[in-house]
Amino acid sequence: MMELLLVQGLNGLASAASLFLVAAGLSIIFGVTRIVNFAHGSLYMLGAYIAVTLFAVLPRDQLGFWGAVLLSAVAAGLLGALLERLVLRRLYGAPELFQLLATFGVVLIVQDAALLIWGPQDLLGPRAPGLRGAVYVGEARIPLYDLFLFAVGPVVLALLWLLFNRTRWGTLVRAATQDREMVAALGVNQRWLFTTVFFLGSLLAGLGGALQLPRGQPATLHMDLDVITEAFAVVVIGGMGSVPGAFLAALLIGMLQAYGILVFPKITLVLTFLVMAAVLVVRPHGLLGRPQGAARALGAGVEAVIRPAPPALRRLGLAVLALLLVLPPFLGSYAVSVLGEIAVFVLFAASLHLMMGPGGMASFGHAAYFGLGAYGVALLVTNFGVPMLGGLVAAPVVAAIAGAVFGWFCVRLSGVYLAMLTLAFAQIAWSGAFQWVELTGGDNGILGVWPEGFLAGPLPFLYLTLAVSIGVTLLLRRVIYAPFGYALRAGRDSPLRAEAIGIGVRGVQWRAFILAAAAAGVAGGLFAYGKGSVFPTYMQISRSVDGLMMVLLGGVQTVSGPIVGAVVFRGLEEQLLRLTDYWRAVLGAAILLLVLAFPQGIAGAAQAWWQRRGAGTGPAAAGTERGEAERAA
Amino acid sequence: MTAEAGAAAAARAANGMADGMADGMPGGAPVLAVEGLEKRFGGVHAVAGISFAVGAGELLALIGPNGAGKSTTFNMVGGQLRPDGGRVRLAGQDITGLPPRRIWKLGVGRTFQITATFASMTVRENVQMALLSHHGELSGLWRPVAKRHAAEADALLARVGILDQAERGCGVLAYGDLKRVELAVAMAHSPRLLLMDEPTAGMAPRERVALMALTARVARESGIAVLFTEHDMDVVFAHADRILVMSRGRPIAAGDPETVRNHPEVRAVYLGTGKTSGGH
Amino acid sequence: MPEPGGAAAGAAPPVLLAVSGLHAHYGRAHILSDVALEARQGEVLVLLGRNGAGKSTTMKAIMGLVPPSAGQVRLDGADLAGQEPHVIARAGIGYVPEERRIFTDLTVMENLAVGRRPPRACLAPWTPERLFALFPNLGEMRNRPGGRMSGGEQQMLTIARTLMGNPRLLLLDEPSEGLSPLIVEQMANTILQLKREGLTVLLSEQNLHFAGLVSDRATVIEQGRIRWSGTFAALEADAAAQAQYLSV
Repeated sequence: MMELLLVQGLNGLASAASLFLVAAGLSIIFGVTRIVNFAHGSLYMLGAYIAVTLFAVLPRDQLGFWGAVLLSAVAAGLLGALLERLVLRRLYGAPELFQLLATFGVVLIVQDAALLIWGPQDLLGPRAPGLRGAVYVGEARIPLYDLFLFAVGPVVLALLWLLFNRTRWGTLVRAATQDREMVAALGVNQRWLFTTVFFLGSLLAGLGGALQLPRGQPATLHMDLDVITEAFAVVVIGGMGSVPGAFLAALLIGMLQAYGILVFPKITLVLTFLVMAAVLVVRPHGLLGRPQGAARALGAGVEAVIRPAPPALRRLGLAVLALLLVLPPFLGSYAVSVLGEIAVFVLFAASLHLMMGPGGMASFGHAAYFGLGAYGVALLVTNFGVPMLGGLVAAPVVAAIAGAVFGWFCVRLSGVYLAMLTLAFAQIAWSGAFQWVELTGGDNGILGVWPEGFLAGPLPFLYLTLAVSIGVTLLLRRVIYAPFGYALRAGRDSPLRAEAIGIGVRGVQWRAFILAAAAAGVAGGLFAYGKGSVFPTYMQISRSVDGLMMVLLGGVQTVSGPIVGAVVFRGLEEQLLRLTDYWRAVLGAAILLLVLAFPQGIAGAAQAWWQRRGAGTGPAAAGTERGEAERAA
Repeated sequence: MTAEAGAAAAARAANGMADGMADGMPGGAPVLAVEGLEKRFGGVHAVAGISFAVGAGELLALIGPNGAGKSTTFNMVGGQLRPDGGRVRLAGQDITGLPPRRIWKLGVGRTFQITATFASMTVRENVQMALLSHHGELSGLWRPVAKRHAAEADALLARVGILDQAERGCGVLAYGDLKRVELAVAMAHSPRLLLMDEPTAGMAPRERVALMALTARVARESGIAVLFTEHDMDVVFAHADRILVMSRGRPIAAGDPETVRNHPEVRAVYLGTGKTSGGH
Repeated sequence: MPEPGGAAAGAAPPVLLAVSGLHAHYGRAHILSDVALEARQGEVLVLLGRNGAGKSTTMKAIMGLVPPSAGQVRLDGADLAGQEPHVIARAGIGYVPEERRIFTDLTVMENLAVGRRPPRACLAPWTPERLFALFPNLGEMRNRPGGRMSGGEQQMLTIARTLMGNPRLLLLDEPSEGLSPLIVEQMANTILQLKREGLTVLLSEQNLHFAGLVSDRATVIEQGRIRWSGTFAALEADAAAQAQYLSV
């Protein structure tokens, strides 16, 4: 028994090493550039794949092996620097979430590139020459390579500490973490600084990927998203931007995973996120993190005054509604199902927009409420034979209850931490659906959730979907213009001022969270009936990211943004799926292009165009705008 | 030991000051009475025992060097910070440590050193928010904000002289106008006490005088007590009824403008020769 | 009272900074139109104007932090307009922003280290020791994080940090804002000391009393346009200009 515990513990420490390397890189990049870099996982994956190739090419001796490891790391570092120079550099002025969106576009492109280059099968690497053996403690076998990995973490930690505290580069980086523009004004070339930071961070990711291979863990096409969620958790638990924090957190997670599998084999997937939730509730900035002073809050871009829709837009809206009423009978069955899905996603995006736009709370886990709505319906239908009306009422209730519980914790945080806690809760919900097989059927999902009675036909069901989705979306719009929506926006614009005129900001945010969850639940319920089945994928991170894409592509700061975003994104995805096997890469490229072309989102860009076209600026207006711009600068 | 003794002496002196002030008030309890307020940040004693009182219609200026503890004192009175010791009373009622929104409901309006307004709303909507909150209508999910309390909001905007800007977004307003919006918002619920942290910072000389003259007139007309901090001595000496000078978290002098202006310690730690402030 | 106005006597020193035809926009708003100003070697030029008149934007446009849409910014004849901030800083312009913006996580010494650039031939190089002689307070808190300093100390540190870059021209954006009268007096003495060292200073201010203590010449900006230029003494005599542009 003791031996088993020892082996598990050492195993945990060994996997902590790689996780620490990846998380440290992520943390360093975030600290300086404030970019939540989803593509960091892709660099980890590339590090592993490149190492596989190099191991095969280079001689199988000590020099060849370690040379391959180092070269893979350097290659990942260079690719990271390239990513910074080609894509992210153009987005430093854009709202922070746009950079996140762009990095997700890169994730999709890299996935398909890896598929194209290395093929779909998992690839194993060789054992490390000279470290193939093991030492024995009693009966317990401890591989030498694992012992080597224990040392890697502390050594890298020490080197990074020296780099940041004892070199001029480190001082400059720490200064830039706080105020990049000021660093530039003092004569430091911040582009060069950022590129080197990306190089270092990506190098650590690549090293982490390469060092995993000799443990017998293969390079796979899904290791990017697997590691990035874990690395996010580690960075958040440790405190964003704190390398020692990442080290502590990686150890914590590594050990927890190792022992967790012995104690709670059923909930290993949840453990990390339970820990993350627990840590954030107690320490809102992570173990060793500090509040990010001057950094802009996530999701808070340039505030535009929200005004009622102009008559032209109302007319357009009415025209679209009329079209939706008349058109469906003339559509084919495929078009009917796509139209229904788009309507559902319009509602999903609108519900997320309520949180992100007026609420200023970026959620990386909104799919949880969509999925919980869907599972609520499916469980009630299959276990209790609840009729459809009951199911559609239950969906938002289930989602709202989850929203009330999760949201209660989330609104106590802000910015990236809030976003990460929403992600943690979503992962918990997802692992519940995935691992609680008795209730949810696990990966096989729940089948047989069909609409009934006169609504069973595709056409009547489409009308129901359109009516409910559009109806609830319009209700959410109404809320944004009502006092509650204003109070929510007030808390986002200036919590200080809001509290000073009697608005309880957290309370308002919590209620908005619940409302958004309920609306997402409605969307999930409709989706379940539309598909006839539910799966854990409804709640997985990529669905949450889809939601983010729709809201951001449309434009967070406009009320119509999510509608436009959902239609464009879902339409694009649907078309690409039909046209090409490499739809991920094309979608990723499309996202990159859209982000680079419309940093305010599509609806935001349209609004700006409309205003430019409509209102000629009189001299008086220009005069006072000068005052504003002077302050804004 | 000596530090403690010193603190005790300062507290006694400060309490004396508060008593003296309260005695001077017509009609009993002052609007705001602060007694022995203290705040520590880590090892630093940011505010080490301060007491004062402000009566209805009176303007009390809190001045002192940077880092003297003025803003900390302000934030403890307004509820943004919780004091480590001492009491804050509003018209006799203990409001120590209450959250800002409760303190607001009890009749305290405030403006901030760096203006805090809702940038994504128009000037009128900013005032409407305060009015909606005052009328307990913030939870409304249906009737749009646009038509609610608009006339009342416009009356307040007219009072501070920016009605012509009502339709413009607060994000595009000149700084001096934002200060006026804040004043209109702070007065929306007819407060008993106005807290103004550097109300004229960043304004041109004439605007400064105009804003404080407006504040003083409104305060006297409506019997509002005003506590303000300020670095512009022209403004302080022209509009304050009384002045309290802080240094290193403690009161060092208090009294009418003339007394404070000639106080040797105040000149040594704060006013200097007065050549940069037009003091003489 | 020290003696300003040395520029008028004898042969005028050469022009160090010459800004001409400078325009800047934020989005559609035209913030600066045709701004022109000149600072001669070793003088203190004050840029006066109301809040929002364009003082800070002029400074930022010179520094490259706001890209000018047209115009020249010549330092000793070389046009820097349109260059990146770090290039402009390296050319010899030091910028002290209104909001101070010290690095609160870094110590005093580290803040100074960020500003360090190689010395220039024409001026005695700044070292931390020389700066501590100028700002004795800072010398007593070398290892204190910037976040634990008072507003006055932070203002001193932000100037010291910029001086570490050995600039030839110092841009000081409203250095007296939010400081107590006593500290403002110290600031005036510091500026005069820097002037004696041969540094050229472009100062933006609203506090006329303060500006009068240190400035040789004044330029008045309103609504993004230059309205008045001349010696400070002439401005003090021109009550109409003061009332019209500065709302005194």
